[in-house]
Amino acid sequence: MKFNFSKKGLRLGTGSLLAVAVPGIASAQDVLDSGDTAWMLTATALVLFMTIPGLSLFYAGMVRAKNALSVMMQCFAITCLMTVLWALYVYSLAFGNDIGGVIGDFSKAFMSGVGVDVVSGTIPETVFSIFQLTFAVITPALIVGAFAERMKFSAMLWFMTLWVTIVYAPIAHWVWGGGWLGELGVLDFAGGTVVHINAGVAGLVAAIVLGRRRGYPRTAMKPSNLVLTMVGAGMLWVGWFGFNAGSELAADGVAGMAMAVTQIATAAAALTWMFLEWFNHGKPSALGLVSGAVAGLVAITPASGFVGPMGALVIGAASGLMCYLAVVKVKHAMGYDDSLDAFGVHGIGGIVGAILTGVFVDAGLGGAGLAEGTTIAGQVGLQAVGVIATIVYCGVVSFILLKVLDAVIGLRVNAEEEEEGLDLVLHDEQGYNLT
Amino acid sequence: MTEVKGFGRQKGHTELYRGAEYSVDFVPKTKIEAAVPDALVDQAIEAIVSAASTGSIGDGKVFVSSLDHAVRIRTGETGDQAL
Repeated sequence: MKFNFSKKGLRLGTGSLLAVAVPGIASAQDVLDSGDTAWMLTATALVLFMTIPGLSLFYAGMVRAKNALSVMMQCFAITCLMTVLWALYVYSLAFGNDIGGVIGDFSKAFMSGVGVDVVSGTIPETVFSIFQLTFAVITPALIVGAFAERMKFSAMLWFMTLWVTIVYAPIAHWVWGGGWLGELGVLDFAGGTVVHINAGVAGLVAAIVLGRRRGYPRTAMKPSNLVLTMVGAGMLWVGWFGFNAGSELAADGVAGMAMAVTQIATAAAALTWMFLEWFNHGKPSALGLVSGAVAGLVAITPASGFVGPMGALVIGAASGLMCYLAVVKVKHAMGYDDSLDAFGVHGIGGIVGAILTGVFVDAGLGGAGLAEGTTIAGQVGLQAVGVIATIVYCGVVSFILLKVLDAVIGLRVNAEEEEEGLDLVLHDEQGYNLT
Repeated sequence: MTEVKGFGRQKGHTELYRGAEYSVDFVPKTKIEAAVPDALVDQAIEAIVSAASTGSIGDGKVFVSSLDHAVRIRTGETGDQAL
């Protein structure tokens, strides 16, 4: 199956160029490997674990107590909604037969043809499809962080339905489904553009279109439970091995290196953030430490199958620095209210990682090697094309979707409801009944 | 005993979350209300002051006021008998 090889074929300079798929033609090499399949079943579960409960806890701990349940519910409901849409048509839009390098067709709608005996690369297509689904689950869930504590649940469901259809599916197709970015030679191993820049930019647009939370920034909005946030961050880190090493779609040496560089970059970014905060404010904070870890996980995502351990160290440190500046300095200076820093961490971290992938893929810098005839500058240029294409397309379409939804059904709860808290107002429940 | 919040000269503290600095003015305190017979007032004050004193700001204050009347609901006793 082409999509499988089109992803693996990106592994330039390792002699795998022959494996670049001929679109639409099932390869004779499609023979099931039980080791690969066992790993991909595991990796799929790990990536789902990132959203429920990892990201849900990470986010719930950062909002005020009156909204803790609402963000957890948004993440969980997104998981369910994306799954149904994926099975109906989104899988096909992303990974169906290519139409002009832009989108897939409806040949796989209703998961047609995805049977027990259908093999994609070396794993069952069922596993490939559900593995990819877990990416389509976490990407919209990441956006929740930007509009937390003020968006109507109904508007959120509408937005995510439209967004995964019109924004996520095409961009996933561009990069992994045989679309134009992948064909161009843009390297994105596990979703720096598709997942993180995409979610970060959509989040930034949502934060601006919805406007600030009531009272921001003058009212104190203290995280309700940073213990949950720490637990969630730990789960994200663990799950990320499935995300990055799983994106090799096989249990091999590249998957092993992807895991190693994921671990190293994350640690470097976490320490960078911690020491920056220590230096600038006098004390290291737990929230800073885990924010840095997530920044590192994000930045190594596009690079994970391409760079070496020392490249990972630099990518991690760079993302720790850039995300720290974006979250702690730039956001407050600009005045927008990206509540949980979906853009500051995922958008900025994704951009840092995507660009530096073009540098550290170079064999001389410990990477897997550039494509023949490509220079570092040339690859960085290609990476920039991927970044800019994602920012522009996602930014413009997300803006239009939000504006239309705002006009038709309204995006925000009213001021009184926001004051009361979304748990009680939207769900007739409370996350915490401690007294 | 009541758990209350307030501050005197010691003021509150600041908290920092991803660059957002919040100053917390009110710190948790314990408020003790004791109804005692007139003869024990000085002894009660002495007990509270010696137990709470650390010599630093935030030790707290004692206020004394008179009570007009007291009734024990179960028995109907009044005045000092009700205490």
